[in-house]
Amino acid sequence: MSFRQTLRRTGYVAFMAAALAFFAVPMLWLASAPFDSDPGLGLRWPDWTLANWEATFSHPYALGSLVNSVVLCVVATAVTTVFATLAAYALSRVRIPGRDALLYLLLLLSSVVTGTAAMVPIFVMMFQLGLINSQYATGLVIAGGMLPAAIFILKDFIDSVPRSYEESARVFGASPTQVLLHVVLPVARPGIATILVWAFVQAWGNFLLPFLLLRDVDAQPAAVLLTTLKDEGGSANLNVIPVFSLLYAVPVVALYLFVSKRYGFRFHGGIKA
Amino acid sequence: MRRTVLLAAAMSTTLVLSGCLGQQQESDSGRNADAKDVELTITSNSVKGGKNDAGAKWIEDWVIPEFTKQQKDKGVNVKVKFDGVGVDDDEYKAKVALDFGTDIGGDIVELDGIWLGEFAQGGQIRPLEEIVGKDKVDAWDGWDQIPDAVQQVSTYEGKRYGIPQGTDGRVLFFNKKLFAKVGLPADWQPTSWDEITAAAVSLKSLPGVTPVQLNAGTAMTEATTMQGVLPLLVGTGSEIYADGKWQGDTDGVKSVLDFYQQVYRGKLADPLLAQEAKGRDRSFEEFAQNKIGILLESDYFWRSVIDPEDGVAKMADRDSAVGWAKIPAMAPGSGVDGQDFVSMSGGGLRVINPKTQYPQQAWELLQFMNSAEATKAYLDGTAQITQREDVNKEVLASDPMLSFIAEEILPITRFRPGIAEYPKVSTALQQATADVVAGKSAEDAAAAYKDALVKAVGEDAVAGG
Amino acid sequence: MVSAPPAEVAAPRRVPGDRDTAGLGVARAIGFLAPGLLLIGLFLVFPALWTIYIGLTNYTLTGTTSTAPAFVGLDNFAEALDDALFGNALWLTLLFVIGSAVLGQNILGFALAWFLRGARVWLRRTVEAFVLLSWILPSVVVAYLWIAVLDRDGGTLGALLGSPGTAWLVEYPMASLIVFNTWRGTAFSMMLYSSALAAVPPSQLETARTMGASGWQTVRDVVFPHIRGHVLTNTLLISLWTANDFSPFLLTAGGPNHESETLPVFIYRQAISSGRLGYAAAISFLLLVVNLVVALVYLVLLRKRS
Repeated sequence: MSFRQTLRRTGYVAFMAAALAFFAVPMLWLASAPFDSDPGLGLRWPDWTLANWEATFSHPYALGSLVNSVVLCVVATAVTTVFATLAAYALSRVRIPGRDALLYLLLLLSSVVTGTAAMVPIFVMMFQLGLINSQYATGLVIAGGMLPAAIFILKDFIDSVPRSYEESARVFGASPTQVLLHVVLPVARPGIATILVWAFVQAWGNFLLPFLLLRDVDAQPAAVLLTTLKDEGGSANLNVIPVFSLLYAVPVVALYLFVSKRYGFRFHGGIKA
Repeated sequence: MRRTVLLAAAMSTTLVLSGCLGQQQESDSGRNADAKDVELTITSNSVKGGKNDAGAKWIEDWVIPEFTKQQKDKGVNVKVKFDGVGVDDDEYKAKVALDFGTDIGGDIVELDGIWLGEFAQGGQIRPLEEIVGKDKVDAWDGWDQIPDAVQQVSTYEGKRYGIPQGTDGRVLFFNKKLFAKVGLPADWQPTSWDEITAAAVSLKSLPGVTPVQLNAGTAMTEATTMQGVLPLLVGTGSEIYADGKWQGDTDGVKSVLDFYQQVYRGKLADPLLAQEAKGRDRSFEEFAQNKIGILLESDYFWRSVIDPEDGVAKMADRDSAVGWAKIPAMAPGSGVDGQDFVSMSGGGLRVINPKTQYPQQAWELLQFMNSAEATKAYLDGTAQITQREDVNKEVLASDPMLSFIAEEILPITRFRPGIAEYPKVSTALQQATADVVAGKSAEDAAAAYKDALVKAVGEDAVAGG
Repeated sequence: MVSAPPAEVAAPRRVPGDRDTAGLGVARAIGFLAPGLLLIGLFLVFPALWTIYIGLTNYTLTGTTSTAPAFVGLDNFAEALDDALFGNALWLTLLFVIGSAVLGQNILGFALAWFLRGARVWLRRTVEAFVLLSWILPSVVVAYLWIAVLDRDGGTLGALLGSPGTAWLVEYPMASLIVFNTWRGTAFSMMLYSSALAAVPPSQLETARTMGASGWQTVRDVVFPHIRGHVLTNTLLISLWTANDFSPFLLTAGGPNHESETLPVFIYRQAISSGRLGYAAAISFLLLVVNLVVALVYLVLLRKRS
């Protein structure tokens, strides 16, 4: 029995160690390449220097693009989270005919619109609407693409929030809006926070839409700028890319840590967090 | 219900708006000719801090201020904007193509020479004389300074569409230090393909050294065709397009693929470089680390890649360690027009957007950008081959490599055909080399290439046998 | 101040828990849905339908078919079904989805959720942090990280296995991509299963343990029935996301020689490199059909549960 337990223990530790290594090791490049005087595509012990940081900070558009990313993503995330929460709540609680089919259809269509082929319709449509070069409009387009999945996940989450709270609140005479704001929202916070982070991450990495719709290089977000960090002839500029990648990764990580600390990070709710 | 209504509305609007996909508006050449407040935009695949950084700096820091000043002296208020991005060529082309379909594109647009055909055929760009007026176009004195061959880059079906933007030439770069180790001369100049192979075989004895880098595969896209297939093909006596037909599985093409087979199968080149996503970048890195003996590239390699100060794969001893040689024909005299040595050149051009609101002013700006003074300012003390002979004479004297290109290579070089189908043919050629590297015999690869070609351009346009 | 119970919802009470407990009413519910639907209608449905329409034309980015595209009906679809590269892309996409999503992310995600249940807080936090980090980092950055791992000369994998010089991305492209995507997306599955496992009644787990059931038996007989719905939801989402994932392009550009050219990469190549937007749009529609098939399989399995 004891041998079996030891075996189990060892297996457990081995699995955890392997898993941890599997996830952590690839990130080492982000720790070494930004500080390496001659960074390559491979991983190596760096020749410590801060020159790459200087080069990145003096890049005319690097830091500005990070600001642009924040603006763009805040718009997209806020819109997505708010609209998705409202829609998910409504779909979860009220039986609207055809809602399931509608949700699946939208989920499928979102795959078409996030692909390259939708490039022309989106571009021409935004052009006809006069919304080219607008950070806000681009944020809305990004939100539109994310909404179906966000609603899908959130609805699943809200489905498992017990209705007893709402019922009690109704008995006490609360209006539906009050029920939503004061009863459901607090309980659903972890799920909403998760969607918020998810939406932000998706928007943060979106390249195609800003590339098409934001013409000025001053207005470009970091996702697009990262692809332009090349040398004269178009080869990847590995002096700046690692540093910029690190800077680019920081805001999303910070957001995750913040949200996870305050609200936890869960997909299904209920009282046990 | 609600959903069906939405759907129906969407469908009908779709049908209406789809008409918007293909609209063109002609530009009256005298439009706004007397305007005192003018707005112009220059679109270019360059961005400060990134790709073609020098070009972007030149436009933003020299062209725009100087032109604005010049116009102010004439009493015209001109506002010139720079629409610069620094992305892959294909993505830039997509952006420009989308722009042409609307009217928010730049007034002056930089294009790669090989795109001229397809954009012209689609009517997305139009001949200069239509936009600006024949007399005005012919009156420019700069045309005399641009060699006829270079002007081909911006000519389609006999009409000028824009002004060429620099050019280049291809040679064989080699590492003199490695050569010395195996007893090859520092002033090596092969006169046939066999001599290249012989040199490569000698280099094979050096440990950790790849004798030759001959671009192949589809990952390198146009770099395979331009720095691989085409220079070899013109060495067999035929250009890729002649007399209205594209080379199919002809003797010339088969010889080229044979050479690829020899080189790659004989382990004289590294097949992994042809298959990796970043193989070209890596090949540059390896040459700079003295791990590659011979490399076929354009002067871009000398100027921007292994440049001792700013290069992306710097070589501190470039000037003493790297030599260059003309690319030989398959055998002496077997090149196009009976040449012993051959080369290929490329280049871009700047066109005027047919939808521009200020055609006359755009033409002025275009001439300005291509004046001798502006071209010299572009070089900003560096040496590069420009489209103007007068500037070349002045500037290149100090750089032996580039004067070599200007004096010895440009006279024997050829350009790619400005035909709309070229990109498809190029893709087929790249695939053929990929097949050979992957193990197909040259015969089979040539046959497969021919099939792909027929599918792309039609049976009638392919020269066989 | 007692308001009357909502009478507008007349739906039969077959599905429990579907009651309009907050008295929303259909009208207000539609009001809540309106902003989202408006955005979706304008920026998703409309362009998507338009794209599908473009799939019926021979529209290209340049050339005569860009200014005067013609309606070609189902020609693009006929060409796709005949195109060896399309078949190749379809097969590779299926491999990619089954390998990295259905199997990889699911199993690893579940395993992590299961084994972390009883783990010490610091261990749990650390593992979760790294797993989530891999999910949060932007695609382009992650691509560089994995290129560093799989690099031929300086790659971490080569160093660990003692076989430097192996060009993983060239010699084993799909395997590399499957491992990469498993790494990339496990976080979602892990979080989902973590929450789902928390909802399994502890009493049943206790009973299983006292009865001497092995870990595997417990999972199969006690846990699985509870989380079956979640398994399906999770698998559906990650399958759809993986099928539409563009990241393979960042690592291998579809190479070498189309060996890792999944459908999204194929579509990109057709649209941008070849400029054939009509064809690319038709392929996008076919990808949607593939997604639809996956969703239908899921629905059938879901129906079977009740």
